Amino acid sequence: MRTLTTNSVRTFLALLAVSFLPALATAQQVQTHAGKWTGNADRGKQLYFRYCWGCHGFRGDGAGENAPYLNILPRNFVAATFKCRSTPTGTLPTDQDLYNTIERGIVNSNMPSWITLTGQNRADLISFIKTFSPRWMAEKPGEPLHIPAEPKLTVDSIKRGQALFQKLECWKCHGQEGRGDGPSASTLTDNNDQPIRPFNFAAGSRFKCGSTNEDLYRIFNTGLDGTPMPSFADVVKPDEAWDLVHYLRTLQVTHKSPELAMWESTKEGAALIAAAKPHGTPTGSGVR
Amino acid sequence: MKNRRITTAALAALIISAIVYAGPAGGTISGKVTYEGTPAKPKSIDMSKEPSCAKQHATPVTTEGVVTGPNNSLENVVVYISAGIPDESAPSTPAKFDQKGCQYIPHVLAFQVNQPLEIVNDDQTSHNIHPRPMINREWNKSQPPGSPPDIEKYDKPEFIPVKCNIHPWMSGQFAVMKNSHYAISSNDGGFTLPNLPPGKYTVTAWHESYGDQSMDVTIAGSETKTVNFVFKAKPY
Repeated sequence: MRTLTTNSVRTFLALLAVSFLPALATAQQVQTHAGKWTGNADRGKQLYFRYCWGCHGFRGDGAGENAPYLNILPRNFVAATFKCRSTPTGTLPTDQDLYNTIERGIVNSNMPSWITLTGQNRADLISFIKTFSPRWMAEKPGEPLHIPAEPKLTVDSIKRGQALFQKLECWKCHGQEGRGDGPSASTLTDNNDQPIRPFNFAAGSRFKCGSTNEDLYRIFNTGLDGTPMPSFADVVKPDEAWDLVHYLRTLQVTHKSPELAMWESTKEGAALIAAAKPHGTPTGSGVR
Repeated sequence: MKNRRITTAALAALIISAIVYAGPAGGTISGKVTYEGTPAKPKSIDMSKEPSCAKQHATPVTTEGVVTGPNNSLENVVVYISAGIPDESAPSTPAKFDQKGCQYIPHVLAFQVNQPLEIVNDDQTSHNIHPRPMINREWNKSQPPGSPPDIEKYDKPEFIPVKCNIHPWMSGQFAVMKNSHYAISSNDGGFTLPNLPPGKYTVTAWHESYGDQSMDVTIAGSETKTVNFVFKAKPY
């Protein structure tokens, strides 16, 4: 019968210890998990220098070759301040937030929607861009915002949202009709000191960071870091926030939504929408 | 026996005198901050877009990037010990920053790393608090009138400009310090840094428009050393 000799035990333990070394190496890197994929920074690097560095720069600081021609500069990964997040202001986004941004692109900016990149590609890219900033090693992403279920849409909800829009003074930047023409709008600058316009609700249907009611709820709760848009998470309660979402949809006079239809069925709403609807030729000349 | 009584009495006297004369730790660095040359004139701020603030000021307020006093003194200069003192843990009393009349009060607020910062809105209009750090994390929060104070803290030393996006003329500075030895020069340019144990120190003076300067000072005991700073004023 063979017995376990000290030697063989020692060899076994040594082999066991050595087998942990690769795990240790990856444990020191920040892991990326987005969608069903785990990111790999080495593959991400190849992709970055093929697709991204023209705008985002050799050093990931948003100062790429194309950057001088862009209005709204590319994201500076060294500073690691991101607009589109599900996490509180001042905190890092989750991997899924970054994945969604790459997939969706950023409306009204030069960041395209990278649907040509596979899910694995995007996860790899996220792994790589994390290497540009030490923040990813030093802190964890913030706690994602909990979005409660959307309550039933009612005229009262829209009216409460309308009152909140006044009380929170959103109109100071966004204007009374939400066209981005409020009294403070012309003086706004982003954190690159470039002029920036507030969102114009009348112009379309998609927001900077998404297009659904949940996305809208999230945007004014987390704020868009790096821009004048602050976080309202400390000042609106969840049900108030849904009221505001319903009201904001009625400002999108060119986008058919259940909220717009309901608002239009009321006398006050119909009058406001008629006054706000853009008039003019399809080519844009004479648009009021 | 008599000898012993005298020695004990002498010893007691010595101990008591040592306690009485111990007192707080030593030296003080104080002085004045002045400028040479001609500074840019402060500009008038037009608050007509915010009537609730405009009416709080009988005469329009002026920009605070450079605030001067009598005899070429420079106000709002942060003077602090940048070397020679170990980092200190933060006090728990909050540093207070107020938004009033659409201005930040004080214009420059100095506090320590991890010290609570309490931001209050005393105006009838919403403000958003948007400090713009390079090293610390950037956040941006709305604070409507009647909101509770917003409590924040910073974990790295840095000079951070603060702005409100709704009211673009509002401008302030946070000076996040590593230790408790700092002062902000008053309108006559004066500052005092007391309670310095004996040692070699570097004193740095920082002004938001004119940059910073440092000087080395040695404190031997409980003396007061005078250190003056002169900044070159810029005409713009």
